[in-house]
Amino acid sequence: MAMQELPKKDFFAPLKAWKFLGKRPVTIEVPNKVKREASDRYRGFHINDWSKCIGCGTCSKICPTDAITMVEVPGLVRDHGKLPQRPVIDYGRCSFCALCVDICTTGSLQMTREYIHVSDDAEDYVYMPTEKGLNAKRGLYEHGKAPLGWIKDENSDILDLVRVKMPMEEPEVRVKSFIEIVKGYSKEQAQQEAARCVGCGICTYTCPEHMDIPQYIESIYKGDLEEGLRWLYRTNPLSMVCGRVCTHRCESSCSVGVRGEPVAIRWLKRYIIDNVPFEEYDRILNIRPEKKGKSVGIIGSGPAGLSAAYFLSTMGYDVTIYEANARPGGVMRYGIPRYRLPDEALDKDIAFIEALGVKILVNTKVGQEIGFDEIAKKHDAVFISTGFGLGRSTRVPGTDHPNVKQALPMLKMIRDYLRGDGPKPPVPRKLIVIGGGNVAMDISRSMARLQTMEYGEVNVHTLSLERSFEEMPADMDEIEEALEEGVEFHPGWGPIEIVIEDDEVKGARFKKCLRVFDENHRFNPQFDENNQIFIEADMVIEAIGQAPDYSYLPQELQEKLEFVRGRIKTNEYNQTAIEWLFAGGDIVHGPDIIHGVADGYAAAKGIDMYLSKK
Amino acid sequence: MGEVKLFFGPNHPGMHGNFSVHMYVEGDVVKRARPLPGFLHRGFEKLMERRYWYSNIALIPRICVPEPDINEACYAMGVEKIAKLEVPERAQWIRMIVLELARIANHLMAVGGIGGPIGLYTAPQWGTADRDRILDIFEALSGARVYHMYIVIGGVRKNLTPRIEDMIWKTMDYIESRLPDYENLIFKNRILHSRLKGRLILTREQALEMGVTGVGLRATGVEYDVRKVDPYLFYDKVDFEVPTATDGDAFSRVYLKFKEIPQSIKIIRQALEKMPQGDKVNVPVSKGSALRRIVPKGMAYVHIESARGEYGFFVVSDGKNKPYRVAVRGASYPQGLYGIEKYLPGTRIEDVPIWLATMDVCAPEIDR
Repeated sequence: MAMQELPKKDFFAPLKAWKFLGKRPVTIEVPNKVKREASDRYRGFHINDWSKCIGCGTCSKICPTDAITMVEVPGLVRDHGKLPQRPVIDYGRCSFCALCVDICTTGSLQMTREYIHVSDDAEDYVYMPTEKGLNAKRGLYEHGKAPLGWIKDENSDILDLVRVKMPMEEPEVRVKSFIEIVKGYSKEQAQQEAARCVGCGICTYTCPEHMDIPQYIESIYKGDLEEGLRWLYRTNPLSMVCGRVCTHRCESSCSVGVRGEPVAIRWLKRYIIDNVPFEEYDRILNIRPEKKGKSVGIIGSGPAGLSAAYFLSTMGYDVTIYEANARPGGVMRYGIPRYRLPDEALDKDIAFIEALGVKILVNTKVGQEIGFDEIAKKHDAVFISTGFGLGRSTRVPGTDHPNVKQALPMLKMIRDYLRGDGPKPPVPRKLIVIGGGNVAMDISRSMARLQTMEYGEVNVHTLSLERSFEEMPADMDEIEEALEEGVEFHPGWGPIEIVIEDDEVKGARFKKCLRVFDENHRFNPQFDENNQIFIEADMVIEAIGQAPDYSYLPQELQEKLEFVRGRIKTNEYNQTAIEWLFAGGDIVHGPDIIHGVADGYAAAKGIDMYLSKK
Repeated sequence: MGEVKLFFGPNHPGMHGNFSVHMYVEGDVVKRARPLPGFLHRGFEKLMERRYWYSNIALIPRICVPEPDINEACYAMGVEKIAKLEVPERAQWIRMIVLELARIANHLMAVGGIGGPIGLYTAPQWGTADRDRILDIFEALSGARVYHMYIVIGGVRKNLTPRIEDMIWKTMDYIESRLPDYENLIFKNRILHSRLKGRLILTREQALEMGVTGVGLRATGVEYDVRKVDPYLFYDKVDFEVPTATDGDAFSRVYLKFKEIPQSIKIIRQALEKMPQGDKVNVPVSKGSALRRIVPKGMAYVHIESARGEYGFFVVSDGKNKPYRVAVRGASYPQGLYGIEKYLPGTRIEDVPIWLATMDVCAPEIDR
């Protein structure tokens, strides 16, 4: 390329610069004269909407310059899905990269177009953003708020809002048998799902058992399942059961779930247990307690009883569980259908508890095979967790007919039949299920399977007082899966009577429910008597709730105990009014397995405290 | 006359950044010269190993202040090469536009920068003012004027809006309209010619021996431009020329930079026309939040043509959420260190800042 040659000397050459004499200067004068607005996307000082911020601290984790510190704010309370802390930004370190804004789980942290801050106090550069902005007090902005700058969009978002899809059996396939629906994550899938977790730990507070959720998810992410198993067994000996059928309240508080789908905490827990062989448990967990020489009797081998037994035996107590049924597990063994919780899953959890030396005496119904007094005499402390075993009835006309059944005995019968322990339950061609909770879903779906196996088609009508799926107490995925399997729902109907002709159930009549709860949130349904329907059926199953059975407790003990709406009142360590008697599970808290596990844990601590003092 | 030791920089108006040259002079003639880097050494490469793959974008642009985008692009392309990540086509075009805008900004600053050492003060005023127009584009596009942190793993952080596209078209027209003025007032200026023509000649053999790339090499007649010899992004789909010269002197180097500006404008215009429309300009490198996104095991070297020559990133991943190693090939490393020691002796004191300016010695990319 030709280089620019020096031009020949020219008399007029200087003139070519003259045209620039009249040009306006480019530089602009600030402040006062011209206020230069930053661009729309400007990454200026932060603002944080406290009504949205949950204090998860993800901003401080991503910050490449360590400029963000989470600080506890007095006055804020730790709540479901919230931590009482807020980010504080050190503008001496901040590089204004906006990664904190892009990863913010709630979208509360944003950046303004503000770029000038003058102060002679160095402390002023350490700032806890509020929704107004750094210079709000100087009254610089039109609406008292700094103008928004950088806003996160789908391109800049660096949080993963979409869950790794869980492989499941197709509805057409699964309704033909009691095969387990959820297949479980593969290693790759589990690690991908674990990578979505931001490790904030908000879930730990929400979990009744306060499991170390971020820690075991991180173990999965690192690929160290042995460490993950140790984290699980720190707080929950029924991780395999919980990994399948827990009500996963943790997921409802997950910070990733604020804007997207929560991390699949339950499935990740299941992944650990599914993938550590049972033979390795003893080596990994290495529980070798010193024997204390004292014994504890536990009545009922449901979640609370097993959990208490595990924690007590890790402390060195001799534990004996008295179980009325032929197999241990309580509601996990006899209530939850097999397609959600196969026997093998339960066996693995119980086998490890037994391996610790816990004795489980099955077919030992307290009050029949053995007296309560005998148990009380034999042990230093007693823990009762007998659950809610009795069904409730709507008591409408016709419910005394033998073909009007209770859900729990039916579920037990089905499970016993499937494992070859009992006779085949009656399978109606047309079935009505009354109820909108998880038990109603379980029985509807179990019967749908039996109907398919027997007749090749599903005819199950499930009616509930609640007028929408959202109002129904059942889990949304249960309802969705039941719909996929062909169960017909009729939300918002209350039973009038079971229609019986020639001593046979013909169906039931229902009236429209206008409301379920009154202004004081009390159960007080109101009906429209003129709006009625009739549904044909040859069997009706009631699944409207369960009640406890305390008949095994001697009368003088029952008089000493305090009851609140059918539940036993205890202190925080699940100790009843009788100091050697502890209680837990559905008869104290309810309503799910993880609450039972938590009760068992609390009671174990309480029993240890009581027996250490004794 | 005895030998005198003179310190040139780091505190000197003629010095480019925090860099120092110790000159041993006899009279006005440099007898020996020793570069003294390290004032900007923050251990970037090491720091990157302690941060998440995504967090590094706050650190990386600082490796070269006047042209930060090449760092971001190199790093992102390196990671994408290891992960075999398909970046949305639109994002690739946007990257090209950003890189060329940065090249123009850098060259304008270089043309301005030569004004200081030689006393031609119109050049810095003009160069800086016109560069500011490009910084306005960056501000609108990325939210920051200098450290853009815009090109990230998987694409770019935000889409190019029609309003910003319009802004780029207008700014390109403006800068193009300014070029004749530069030609007339600066490159036909007697001061510039007498100070730069035939001075500080680096021959082809010397350049190749040291590993000088960019204008330093192209001024000796070697047509070496990574955009041509190993096209990345969509440089093979656009039409542009790489100007070269044969003199190898300081003047050719500055003039080549100036001549690259219209080529960059040409590339930007083609990119704006050829770019597909769409909303998607970013894909994650793996599932998970940015805290736990992992890059599969592997290593990659990616080189691109910066305003100062070949710029490279060597990225190693051990399959975790942080880099195992990142090494940077700063484009001005050879001429900024060996060049000073080897070729400055024999020149005059006032030639030293000209070497630094025309060779575009960028202190932070030497120090890293």
